[in-house]
Amino acid sequence: MNGDTTKKSTPYTIPIGPVHPALKEPVMFTFQMEGEVVRSVDFAPGNTHRGIEWMGMRRNPVQIVHLTDRICGICGIVHSLSFARAVEQIAEIEVPPRADYIRTILHELERMQSHILWAGVAAHELGFDSLLFLAWRVREQSMDLIENLTGNRVNYGIVQIGGVRRDISDDQRPVIEQGLAYYRGLIDQMKTVFLDDSTIRMRCRGHGLLSYRDAQLLCAIGPTARASGVAMDVRHDYPYCAYGDLDVHPVLPPQEFGGPQGDVYDRIIVRLLEIAQSIDIIQQCLDSMPAGEILWEKKLPKLLSILKKAQGEAIGRVEAPRGECMHYVRMDGNEAPATWKVKASSYSNLMSWIPMLKGEQLADVPIIVASIDPCMSCTDRVTIIRNGAADNLTKEELTRLSREKTRRLSRC
Amino acid sequence: MTETPHLSPQEIIDLYKAEFGVGIHEARITERGEGVKKTKNYNIWIRVDRELLKPAIKKLMDIRFPHFAVIAGNDLGDEIELLYILSVFYGTKFGEYMVTFGIRLPKTDLTVPTITDLIPGALLSEREKQEFFGITVTDIPDGRRLFLPDDFPQGVYPWRKDETGIKPEMVRELWAIDRPKDRPVPPVPEKKPVVEVPAAEGMEKKTGGAAE
Repeated sequence: MNGDTTKKSTPYTIPIGPVHPALKEPVMFTFQMEGEVVRSVDFAPGNTHRGIEWMGMRRNPVQIVHLTDRICGICGIVHSLSFARAVEQIAEIEVPPRADYIRTILHELERMQSHILWAGVAAHELGFDSLLFLAWRVREQSMDLIENLTGNRVNYGIVQIGGVRRDISDDQRPVIEQGLAYYRGLIDQMKTVFLDDSTIRMRCRGHGLLSYRDAQLLCAIGPTARASGVAMDVRHDYPYCAYGDLDVHPVLPPQEFGGPQGDVYDRIIVRLLEIAQSIDIIQQCLDSMPAGEILWEKKLPKLLSILKKAQGEAIGRVEAPRGECMHYVRMDGNEAPATWKVKASSYSNLMSWIPMLKGEQLADVPIIVASIDPCMSCTDRVTIIRNGAADNLTKEELTRLSREKTRRLSRC
Repeated sequence: MTETPHLSPQEIIDLYKAEFGVGIHEARITERGEGVKKTKNYNIWIRVDRELLKPAIKKLMDIRFPHFAVIAGNDLGDEIELLYILSVFYGTKFGEYMVTFGIRLPKTDLTVPTITDLIPGALLSEREKQEFFGITVTDIPDGRRLFLPDDFPQGVYPWRKDETGIKPEMVRELWAIDRPKDRPVPPVPEKKPVVEVPAAEGMEKKTGGAAE
């Protein structure tokens, strides 16, 4: 609240949430508004805290791997991979190289489907529903590929401590190649549709700004940090799985688009370029995939008895589609780990909302909130308190506001 | 801020040992190589006195501005160990190290200074540790709960392993929960539970059914 006592209506407070499908975890936002402009932001997460870490500390590592699959509905592999990598380091388990390559291929397929999903939602938040449906239609190809390789569209259940549970057969290789060719043909089209559109540029260029310094200080990661020019990418900085053998560079917004400015538009560019990068990485993996075993130990009772004796602590870390995902595990010779701490990617990105949203208009809130990819849907329910009277603003109305702004701009 | 050149993990540990001396209880490096080439990544673990936490993080910031990941915690019985997990030298091809600072807080004095004045992004993690371990972060700019709901009982800390942890009566076992009793009657009556029949009789019925 400011010190202006002459007016009773400014700044007024707009709570958004807590059920807020524009986010993976429902978040309660409280905006202090002056007219249409956001003056300050506060948020309260935790509405879907399920106590998974607590549950894990009462289960054995093989059971936890399947629990980690269910932490997120989009990132099906990053959590199980992080956890498995941490446990493998503690128990000194050597993962067969072939399993590392299969993990990498699925890791990248997941990045592709996640980024395309995000692109569709971003289009929806801007009012381009046709683009949403087009993006999600082309996403199906990657989902089909994942299903072909793992048996599941989500909750893949592919990672096991010490390797993976399914091999990639010779029959499956042409299917992957075909899928990659499909996306190679699409990348230019997607770039044209998203980046050459004057309305998208007007809505996204210069909005939701996150400076290089803020990205560092607020610990932003993944595409959110890279769009602000922070060249960090776990795949490039900290080799794991097959990335130590491959050529991977952090994707920054290129000079031809004006270099890193740290706005919503740059976050679109980074994600689109990363889809192309993922195609390239999967191709590199297919070309150099070693033969051999896919599991360190096939017999589960034997694996469990080894894990039971393991002692120590380790960090498992991977680059998820949204940035660094990290699991800390400590085992002390019992069946269940003594400590298990999960740090999902959005955990580090949430703080970036505060500088991004300050000074922006209410109609820009959905796309800016979505731009860090906290996991997608839309704003569910907004209660506006104006002159002390509560007024219910539905998700439809907020989306309508956003669309009206798009139309207003297109007419100019 | 002047940037020091890229250092090896051992050089970082040597720098810390030179500056903090006996304040460092443990300093070790773990490494891990995966894939075909087994390119190594490095983790540095440094356990220090509680008073040295902030100087240690400041020292890392002088080397190169680090990325702060999270604070993890262990309940060790009489003490709570907090692990500040950071990484340094990101952006260098295969040259990033995880740097973890561990400090121990006796359960009689569970206070730790905030590091948000150095790295503001650590706020969420500090708020989380307050509610999950019952520690007090002094001078924290925003000490509200983060993940736990407002109606969660005060004085219960989910990650503690002593009497302040989750109590057995708070745990609802899914398998033990019966079907809800307060639902309207379904249009199609529910199947009656199978009545135990002697094995021989059950077998006869089954074969009879197959023959039809």
